[in-house]
Amino acid sequence: MTDTFRHEPEARGDDTTTTDGDASGLRRRTFMGWVLAGTTLTVAADLGLARPAAAVIPSGPQVADVYDLEDAQTDSALPTSQLIQITITEQGTAEFELPRTEVGQGILTSTAMIIAEELDLPVSKVKVTMAKARPELLFNQLTGGSNTTFSTYTPIRVAAAIARQQLLEAAAILFGTNADRLITVGGVVRDTLGNEATYGDLAVDAAKQVVEAVEVVLRPESKFRTIGKPQSRLDARDAVTGKKKFTGDLKVKDALPTMVCRPPTHRGSPQALQNQSQIERMPGVTHVAQIPTGIAVRAKTFGQCIDAIRKMQVTWNPGSAAAESDETILAELRAAEIPLAVPEVDLPGVVKTVETDCVFAFKSSAALEPYTAIADVREDSAEIWAGLKAPIVAQQDVARDCGLSPSAVTINVITGGGSFGHKLFGDHAREAAQASKAMGVPVKLMWHRADEPRQGRLHPMATSRVRATVVGGEVAAFEQRHTSILMDWSHGFGDQLTSVADELPPQLGGYTISQSIFALTQQLPYNFGVVDQLLNETLTPGDAVDERFASGSMRNIYSPDVRTAAELTVDKLAKLAKKDPVEFRLAHLKDPRVKAVLRKVAKEGNWGRRMPAGTAQGVAIHKEYKGCTAVLIEIDCRPATVNRNLGPETVTGPRVTKAVIAVDPGLVINPRGLEAQMIGGCMDGIALTLTSSNHLRDGRFLEASWDNYFYTRQWNVPFETEVHIVDSDSDTPGGAGEAATGSTAAAVACAYARATGTNPTYFPIQHEKPLAFKPKSFEPSVPQSPTNGLNRTY
Amino acid sequence: MPKQTFVLNGRTTTVNVADDVRVLWVLRDILGVTGPKYGCGINVCKACTSHINGKAFNPCAVRVGDLKPKDRITTIEGLADTAPGDLHPMQQAWLDLDVSQCGYCQPGQIMAAVALVKKVRREGREIQESDLDGIRNICRCGTYPRIRDAIRQGAARM
Repeated sequence: MTDTFRHEPEARGDDTTTTDGDASGLRRRTFMGWVLAGTTLTVAADLGLARPAAAVIPSGPQVADVYDLEDAQTDSALPTSQLIQITITEQGTAEFELPRTEVGQGILTSTAMIIAEELDLPVSKVKVTMAKARPELLFNQLTGGSNTTFSTYTPIRVAAAIARQQLLEAAAILFGTNADRLITVGGVVRDTLGNEATYGDLAVDAAKQVVEAVEVVLRPESKFRTIGKPQSRLDARDAVTGKKKFTGDLKVKDALPTMVCRPPTHRGSPQALQNQSQIERMPGVTHVAQIPTGIAVRAKTFGQCIDAIRKMQVTWNPGSAAAESDETILAELRAAEIPLAVPEVDLPGVVKTVETDCVFAFKSSAALEPYTAIADVREDSAEIWAGLKAPIVAQQDVARDCGLSPSAVTINVITGGGSFGHKLFGDHAREAAQASKAMGVPVKLMWHRADEPRQGRLHPMATSRVRATVVGGEVAAFEQRHTSILMDWSHGFGDQLTSVADELPPQLGGYTISQSIFALTQQLPYNFGVVDQLLNETLTPGDAVDERFASGSMRNIYSPDVRTAAELTVDKLAKLAKKDPVEFRLAHLKDPRVKAVLRKVAKEGNWGRRMPAGTAQGVAIHKEYKGCTAVLIEIDCRPATVNRNLGPETVTGPRVTKAVIAVDPGLVINPRGLEAQMIGGCMDGIALTLTSSNHLRDGRFLEASWDNYFYTRQWNVPFETEVHIVDSDSDTPGGAGEAATGSTAAAVACAYARATGTNPTYFPIQHEKPLAFKPKSFEPSVPQSPTNGLNRTY
Repeated sequence: MPKQTFVLNGRTTTVNVADDVRVLWVLRDILGVTGPKYGCGINVCKACTSHINGKAFNPCAVRVGDLKPKDRITTIEGLADTAPGDLHPMQQAWLDLDVSQCGYCQPGQIMAAVALVKKVRREGREIQESDLDGIRNICRCGTYPRIRDAIRQGAARM
């Protein structure tokens, strides 16, 4: 690192802003944080800094109300419970525990970049790990809603900036000079006379014995050198060498493989195991125990757990959806739909009504790493290891299940092998704890793959109706009525929202949690006259959960469904107006940022090029999470493509041959990671519209593995996938994890409609076709592993 | 309990375990070799893809009793040792293109990619789109486009 960064003058005078030496002359905020007591330099900032109302410190209520500056300088107690802290070690590294969960989205890498930037340290010297469950963070330890970077960016910068400031001050004493005469270069402090000290050299000198409140000014964005530059994932080498450890790879003493025999119906429950002594005598088996969700078996290997499950004779209680199938649930949704307000009118030449009515099937959010948790439950304590996006909720649940106080439960948050919403709930941690408690030994509990789509969390079935009214050639009204099976928010998202209820827009008053989240995420950024988007769910407000289904939000919550119905309608409106779909959108979009991303994909994707019959382009936009995306899709729906036969276990179907994505995410931390998130979100969007769903029949979900649940596979992948990051003047990082999913799902639907000349109404397209697989057995609940692997080598 | 012997990542390995336990569980649960991942247990997701005598296979679908003492099993942990340099060229391509997201499937993806390149070379040709289309390994993060690019790049250096 050859670049240098000159120390900025400290805050003076004005207690909320200061003028820096930047040529722009902009006044920059002063932030407050703390130097904590420690053997080496330890600094902290308040996570609440991310909330706009509290951004200007020191007048922030959550600080001054509980703790004023006087106290801070003399008291060694923590200034607030919502602290995140950075420690500088004698080795010159910065250590930070992020109260969020890495599940593949790259937040450990982007967080290290943010710290490196503000501290002036190479990224390789920043060690970011995941914090254990920290109940004092209340609702501020939940990973979801594409919110991590937005919510942690400022507090982390403040802490890192304080660390750098303290290191400079320690060096100033050492060199007998003033801090503002020093520079930092890649983890070294220098003066003009040639004196230098590494951060490691200064870590002890800079340490404090009592808590001290300090003020700091952040580095101006114009001087960023790490943020905004492509950075490969810090765990990439471990991932490609097999060293990266997931929960199932951890060695915890005596935590033997444990699996659960599950009921044939969704959310059924066990009555009794009829042949317990026979199962206990099977090879490798050590323990068998009934838990609320099934019969758990612990053995020397998971293979022996599978053998045991297949021999179990269990009597079951049916799940409460035992009488339900796709058709009955759809009828329930239809009955719950709120009527559209604008009447359907068709006065030729004057008023025209355009309607869309779509059904969206149940979808499994299962990741490739199945639900896995290690639990060691003792008489007076419990320890859990698991991928958990809401570890505090899991801690409370485990404590309740085990009859312990939450403080007796340690939750170690482990890097997840994907989440997509699936790990928002701590179902796996609870089961592991229940099994460990019942058996009296540690367990490594893993779900069988077959259990994941059948008993795991699902995105609920929904309908989305749109009515647009065109008067005299102009769109005068656009109504959308989204109707869904109740979404379960009990993983803490709902509580998080309730905790800031007084800051929510007043028009959300009286809404359910789902309706609030719907209203906070869904935007229709078009000038379409009266725009009205509403969510209704199939239980009356006040019902916390629909016990029939293990529901939960899935990558991009409502957006893929809502955007698909809306953008299909926009295409219909364009057609009615005899306008090109891109031109029509540009003419009606309100936001220049959305227009810019749409223009980008139209240009880069050569919108409007001539294509053979049976193929087409489609385009869609989406605005959410402080950013926006546009996606241009080319699809091939010709029989030779659709009917490709790649053998059993394979759904080919229409193929997206090209995807062009443009994203304006606000401030970009790591463009390489952002591009990865766009690509992944795009692959999800393709699956949601074309192939991936669960079929409900008589209370059972038929899908049991990846040969039934058709997530995008290589034969469905576009030959070309391009991501274009559109420059934004925003100084706020937006969300990336979900941004491309809704726009891709919608663009694929629009392209499909244009290529086939049809009006698709049931998604994914594959769902209504004859089943492409033979459902696996429900009793036994898990399939046996094959033995013919040596005949399938290549 | 029968003794099972095979060569694991260059070392002759003997383990006491019943014949019908699948190799995946012998590797993961008994030997602690956790690079090959469990994703389905029925030879569908391919997350456990490893090599037997240089060819791709899925240890979830092979009984340990069916291995012969001379069978050479290579997992992701042993891949780098099969080529000169610190990493196998396919691993390096994965790093160069920053393919991994959560990383759970990537050991299997890399092992499948190496075997695929060798297979088409045996057929006297180079990787084509149709070869890439035929890869069955699932990546639920959707890293497929970068996987396609990395395989081409890795193949060029193999």
